Amino acid sequence: MNIDIIFRIAGIGILISVLSIVLKQAKKEEQAEMLTLAGVVVVLIMVVQLMNQLFLVVRSVFNM
Amino acid sequence: MEIAQIIGLALVTTILLLILRQEKPVMAVVLSIVFSIVIFIVMMGKMASILNVMQELTRRAEVNYFFFATLLKILGVAYLGEFAAAICQDAGEQAVAKKVEFASKIIIAVLALPIMIAILESLIQIMPG
Repeated sequence: MNIDIIFRIAGIGILISVLSIVLKQAKKEEQAEMLTLAGVVVVLIMVVQLMNQLFLVVRSVFNM
Repeated sequence: MEIAQIIGLALVTTILLLILRQEKPVMAVVLSIVFSIVIFIVMMGKMASILNVMQELTRRAEVNYFFFATLLKILGVAYLGEFAAAICQDAGEQAVAKKVEFASKIIIAVLALPIMIAILESLIQIMPG
């Protein structure tokens, strides 16, 4: 079971939200936006790998 | 007690989602996708054992294996479509969710066509004249 990926993604999300609040307080709005975008891309790559695994499992279970 | 693990994971994920949804809604959606995928992968192991038993029963009853394979494919399409539609609905995109459901319905209908033709053929054989 790969449960730790849930906590990894939640951790990335909380970290990014805190960092973007800090950057916004320091009047660096564009960098906060870029940080958010980079975080979303990193998380999306992880999700795509996980989804590939899911489709392989479903395909092998249901003989599709 | 696997249900205890899943309940614990679900509650922890719910709390994390509540925290994330205020600041970064995108991250909340991604986290809910990951949670769905993890539960799905965990449950697919159990599903495989159920399907093995059903396959064995089909073999003993000497039913045509083609029907069972079609049934399995339909089951897979239905589960995957439901999974994606639920995530889209959760993110507030009702239209995308409806389109996913529509596509999975049509794919299921296409997969079920050979079974329908087989039923019609056996009906024609039974009918006199």
